[in-house]
Amino acid sequence: MPKILVCVKRVPATGARIVLTDDEQEINTRFLGFAVSPHEECAVEEAVRIVEGQGGSATVLTLGPPEAEEQLREALSMGIDEAMLLETDGGDWNAMATAQAIHAAVAPAMAGPEPYDLLLFGNESADSSGYQVAVRVARALGLPCVTGVKGLSIEGGMATARREAAGGWEIFEVPLPAVITIKEGINLPRYPSFRGKMAAKKKPVHRLAPEHTEGGMQKIRLQTPETETKGAEVLGEGPDAAPKVVELLKQIGVMQP
Amino acid sequence: MILALVEHSNGTPNGPSFEMLGLAGTLAARTGASLAAAVFGGDPAALADSLQAHGVGSLIQVQHPRLEDYAPDAWARALGQLAESRGAGAVLAAGTDVGNEVLARLGAGLNLPMAANCIEVEPGERYRLRRTRWGGSLYEEAWLPGEPKLLTVAPHILEISENPAQNPPVVETFTPNLEDGDFLVRVTSRIEPESGISLGDAPVVVGGGRGVGSTEGFAPLEELAALLGGVVGGSRVATNLGWRPHADQIGQTGTRISPDIYIACGISGATQHWVGCMGSKTILAINNDPEAPMVAKADYAVIGDLHEIVPAICAEIKKARGG
Ligand SMILES: Cc1cc2nc3c(=O)[nH]c(=O)nc-3n(C[C@H](O)[C@H](O)[C@H](O)COP(=O)(O)OP(=O)(O)OC[C@H]3O[C@@H](n4cnc5c(N)ncnc54)[C@H](O)[C@@H]3O)c2cc1C
Ligand SMILES: Nc1ncnc2c1ncn2[C@@H]1O[C@H](COP(=O)(O)O)[C@@H](O)[C@H]1O
Repeated sequence: MPKILVCVKRVPATGARIVLTDDEQEINTRFLGFAVSPHEECAVEEAVRIVEGQGGSATVLTLGPPEAEEQLREALSMGIDEAMLLETDGGDWNAMATAQAIHAAVAPAMAGPEPYDLLLFGNESADSSGYQVAVRVARALGLPCVTGVKGLSIEGGMATARREAAGGWEIFEVPLPAVITIKEGINLPRYPSFRGKMAAKKKPVHRLAPEHTEGGMQKIRLQTPETETKGAEVLGEGPDAAPKVVELLKQIGVMQP
Repeated sequence: MILALVEHSNGTPNGPSFEMLGLAGTLAARTGASLAAAVFGGDPAALADSLQAHGVGSLIQVQHPRLEDYAPDAWARALGQLAESRGAGAVLAAGTDVGNEVLARLGAGLNLPMAANCIEVEPGERYRLRRTRWGGSLYEEAWLPGEPKLLTVAPHILEISENPAQNPPVVETFTPNLEDGDFLVRVTSRIEPESGISLGDAPVVVGGGRGVGSTEGFAPLEELAALLGGVVGGSRVATNLGWRPHADQIGQTGTRISPDIYIACGISGATQHWVGCMGSKTILAINNDPEAPMVAKADYAVIGDLHEIVPAICAEIKKARGG
């Protein structure tokens, strides 16, 4: 029966405009909620479905501030069994430091009697979008890693994963244990039920103090790109604007007769 | 030497690889280094012309009997050996699925940092670079140490610019030393694409969001798209509520579109959606809220209920065509 680990990252749920803190080191989150990347939400859903279908158990892991317990509870309310919080003081850890901390937290289990069969990640984190934490963890553990996966089946000690390529699909078959990074679209994540939320309150969250390793890429500052908000030219209101729209379509040449 | 991984299909490099070569060429010029392209498979003769136009001095074809199909660890190991044998100061790739994962694997193998999706690089002992975060809605300036420097270039942001080399590239071959373990992850089979226009390539895209209200609500959008030879896409709300398949999602975790016109119906214009559609040549927003961010960012807008406006546009098109 498969034993699964899913890694998620707490990020601010930004809206139509991103505002930075004065020191340009972070997004100003004073008026924002938090979420995980849709890719990671799908990874959580995938883990829950595999366990529902084949038995076994699933653990969710995050490296983040104490408040990241919120994202762990959300995963628990979707059906994950237990959680691991690698607690930081909230600063942004770069990809190498994050991967090393996750590796250190997972390695003992991988060397023990009940290693994880499957380690699921998002294809890229929503905020730093480095495309590499999973690859680094896989390398450190000596496990095969397939990225960008939008279709997954687990059977007979093998994972069959498919990903989109040039409009078609590439199929990979790797032996377990394996690291797989998930893309949104592999499934449609469930909304946690009331019962799920109640059950989540009682599930264990194990807290660990990760060690921060220096080195790697070093952030200087964040910047918001200049998007022109010139304001659209309003062609009209309601259905009466239709002739103006057709004029525009002709003008830009998308209205073959 | 600056070593650039050029992705191609049957000898035609993809757009993001050309964009990357622009940045790699600038880097080579500024550091007085030569620019070499590493390619896997394909006919080097077919690639030479287009690479010469983009400043490539040497074209290194990676050859190995077991490299018939894509195997990302093998590609990374081969690139690493090539970079080492030529003393490359930097290895670059396009910020595609392939480019990002191959350089991430190279970084993991060498225990070096990798900067994904860069748009500007200032050479030096450490590179000072600018890269995209949040799928492009935010930039980060950062220091990148390491030898060689490993980075990918964000697709669809930099212009493709020609920078012809005086001579055709010198064509060489390189045979890496690969082991069984490098082929554990490899493409074992493929499913060919279905025919028809895809969201990413369509000349016209009609997008629907929460304002569309239901699966059935998309029927007039389908009609409009069909009349214009385009396709329908949607926001994450539309895909998450099951009104549209995820393949139709436009945005950070969906598809990037670049049509001649994007008609965004009942979509508010969140940053994560905007980064997927900002490459459109023209954007028309149809929204009942004149204050919606989509209206502020679009080129044109019609204010009002999309359920009345979209059918009216369809009728007007048919009228114009005399139908
Ligand atoms: C990490 C991350 C990644 C994400 N990735 C994506 C992504 O790839 N793509 C994406 O789209 N979103 C993505 N999102 C979600 C994004 O933040 C927004 O929630 C989403 O884009 C909003 O969709 P919407 O515009 O359809 O809905 P809303 O924001 O609810 O907007 C609905 C709009 O419709 C208008 N409207 C309502 N009724 C009508 C009517 N009858 N006629 C005309 N107009 C009407 C309203 O005025 C409003 O402007 C992501 C979020 C996160 C956190
Ligand atoms: N702080 C973190 N905690 C847990 N998992 C993480 C963290 N950062 C990144 N990951 C995982 O690694 C994936 C890739 O991240 P990245 O390399 O930053 O794009 C994410 O989708 C997550 O699954």
